[in-house]
Amino acid sequence: MSNNDVILKAERLDKSYRMGATRVDVLRGLDLTVKRGEFVAIIGASGSGKSTLLHILGALDKPDKGAVSFEGRILGRQSGRELNRFRNKMVGFVFQFYHLLDELSVLENVFLPAMASKSVLGWLGCRRRAKRRAMELLVQLGLGERVKHKPYQLSGGERQRVAIARALMNEPKLLLADEPTGNLDSATGNGILDVFDKLNKAGQTIVMVTHDDRIAQRAGRIITLADGKIRS
Amino acid sequence: MYKLVLATRYLLKRRITYFAVLAVALCVFIVVVVMTVMAGLVGDFKQKNHDFTGDCVVASESLVGFPYYEDYVKKLEASKVVEAVSEVIRSYGLLSPQGKDVTRGVEIMGLDPARHSRATGFGNTLHHRRNDILKAFVPSYDPNLPGCVLGIDLALERDSNGRYAYDSSPSRIGFPISCFPLTARGALAGAGTALANTKTFYYSDHSHSGLARVDDSIIYLPFAEAQALCGMGGETKRINAIHIKFKPDVKLTTGCEEARRLWSICKSEKANESQAYLLDTVTVQDWKLYRRELIAAMEKEQMIMGVMFGFVGIVTVFIVLVVFYMLISHKSKDIGVLRSIGVSGFDIIELFAGFALMVGLAGSCLGVLGGWQFLLRINSIERWLFQHFGFQVWDRTMFAIGDIPSEISPRVLTVIVLLAIAACLIGALVPSWQAARLKPVETLQVNQL
Repeated sequence: MSNNDVILKAERLDKSYRMGATRVDVLRGLDLTVKRGEFVAIIGASGSGKSTLLHILGALDKPDKGAVSFEGRILGRQSGRELNRFRNKMVGFVFQFYHLLDELSVLENVFLPAMASKSVLGWLGCRRRAKRRAMELLVQLGLGERVKHKPYQLSGGERQRVAIARALMNEPKLLLADEPTGNLDSATGNGILDVFDKLNKAGQTIVMVTHDDRIAQRAGRIITLADGKIRS
Repeated sequence: MYKLVLATRYLLKRRITYFAVLAVALCVFIVVVVMTVMAGLVGDFKQKNHDFTGDCVVASESLVGFPYYEDYVKKLEASKVVEAVSEVIRSYGLLSPQGKDVTRGVEIMGLDPARHSRATGFGNTLHHRRNDILKAFVPSYDPNLPGCVLGIDLALERDSNGRYAYDSSPSRIGFPISCFPLTARGALAGAGTALANTKTFYYSDHSHSGLARVDDSIIYLPFAEAQALCGMGGETKRINAIHIKFKPDVKLTTGCEEARRLWSICKSEKANESQAYLLDTVTVQDWKLYRRELIAAMEKEQMIMGVMFGFVGIVTVFIVLVVFYMLISHKSKDIGVLRSIGVSGFDIIELFAGFALMVGLAGSCLGVLGGWQFLLRINSIERWLFQHFGFQVWDRTMFAIGDIPSEISPRVLTVIVLLAIAACLIGALVPSWQAARLKPVETLQVNQL
């Protein structure tokens, strides 16, 4: 495996939380490598540290020890501004509870990451292109008729597809999904996984966290997290 | 751009923000109304005092007055900074209107109407002789009689709306005035039955200065008559005050300095005269200083009002803080989402500061609009309240106030709006800072939803 094939690498990650007087060690010397174009599912019991690992991989959280490198660059060494840019351009997050902004329409939610990275003038210059891209994504995900709706007017599956479209808006190299089907019924969840399948076949790198073995089976590689480490 | 969009949506879609806007609007409304009325009253009161006094007054605190003023007046009139000068006798006397068994104390002001009207706003306070000031002391019914101008409240009655029952022409009423002349040493000049000088003057006009204490107690007499009545005629004539008006382009301080300089020269020139000691009691003051005991009280009231409404501002800050705290608690998920798409903590502060700015602007606009509309109708509202419920803000039979001032000052308005916006920004500062410090991981956790 050449270095160019590796998009994401985590080395000896430690992370602990304080819960009252006790310290909970969530990650203990975890190592992980994700290759470009891979669809990796991380499974583990509830509280095993799956979401924590995903947040650290996406630079939403910091490890106590160890390092995460993305395309060879160590995230811990980057400035706040660089990390913001990393989250905006390189990573797309999909959450279990969709986390759409209720005040914005479906279309606005999708192009929000593009708008967030631009100044007022910058946005005026690229808004047509961004809206076109957002529309294309929504049409691809079967939501072409729902662009003007508000998130609360959509079903759970539709909301998750909007969240996926938002995550893909800036064409990130890495898609991080935290229990993306956890709040959906089986049929709708399968629909979401079909979308991930398609994206992966088109070359999208995906790291998905789930507690459900059956859902994990849809990924190309399954990693089990136990006692803060990858179980081999 | 997303900050503008989101801030606008939070403003329009969140009902809780309506309370913040309403609170700001209410505070702005109250402050605009009260400060406009107060500023109007104070401004009007100052202007009336300025009109009554002129720009500068050279006066003796003693009822005896001061002599050798003629040379000083000549010097003033020759000065480049002086526009007009008026010598004035001021004393006290007893007034017993004919046909009434009443005797009351009054303040006497002896003046030349033409000279005094040039130096002060006296001419504009007259009713019948406003356009013929030279005849202010000439009764229209008999030009040969010695006339007097009465403070309007000495001459006319007022109804409950504050309106005077004006006469079409002055009635023939005599006003015997008794005065107790003093020697240059301050002793009573007369003795026995000649203790008081008494002379009857006839009502020729009334003066409405708009100053309650002036209109209720001053009787204006011809200068020479008043000087004789007060025993200030004779060989060495005395007066009590000189009112000065400076040329329009002369600053008040510059004019007063020049008046003081000329006074020092005159005083040293007369140092060896027999009554030179009286010159030590004379001061040269600008109109604000001369009327300070009245103006300072009003200004103090205005300042206290300002402080009280400063507290209203603090309440606004607190309301905005509470509303923003509640809103940000509800919006922690949004903050987490924004952080996950690369928005910085500083951007979050900017987002909520922009939102606070909008709340401040919307509240200020509503408050200003409401205040403006209320002030436009404040006098009709007061009249309606008086007609239906007998309520008046000021009892017009007691206070020399006509309409309630309602002219909005753009300067005051700008200050109020800026302060309201600042209050909103201050109120939003702590919650916004807390929002910026929220860890996205914590806000996006399932158990936080």
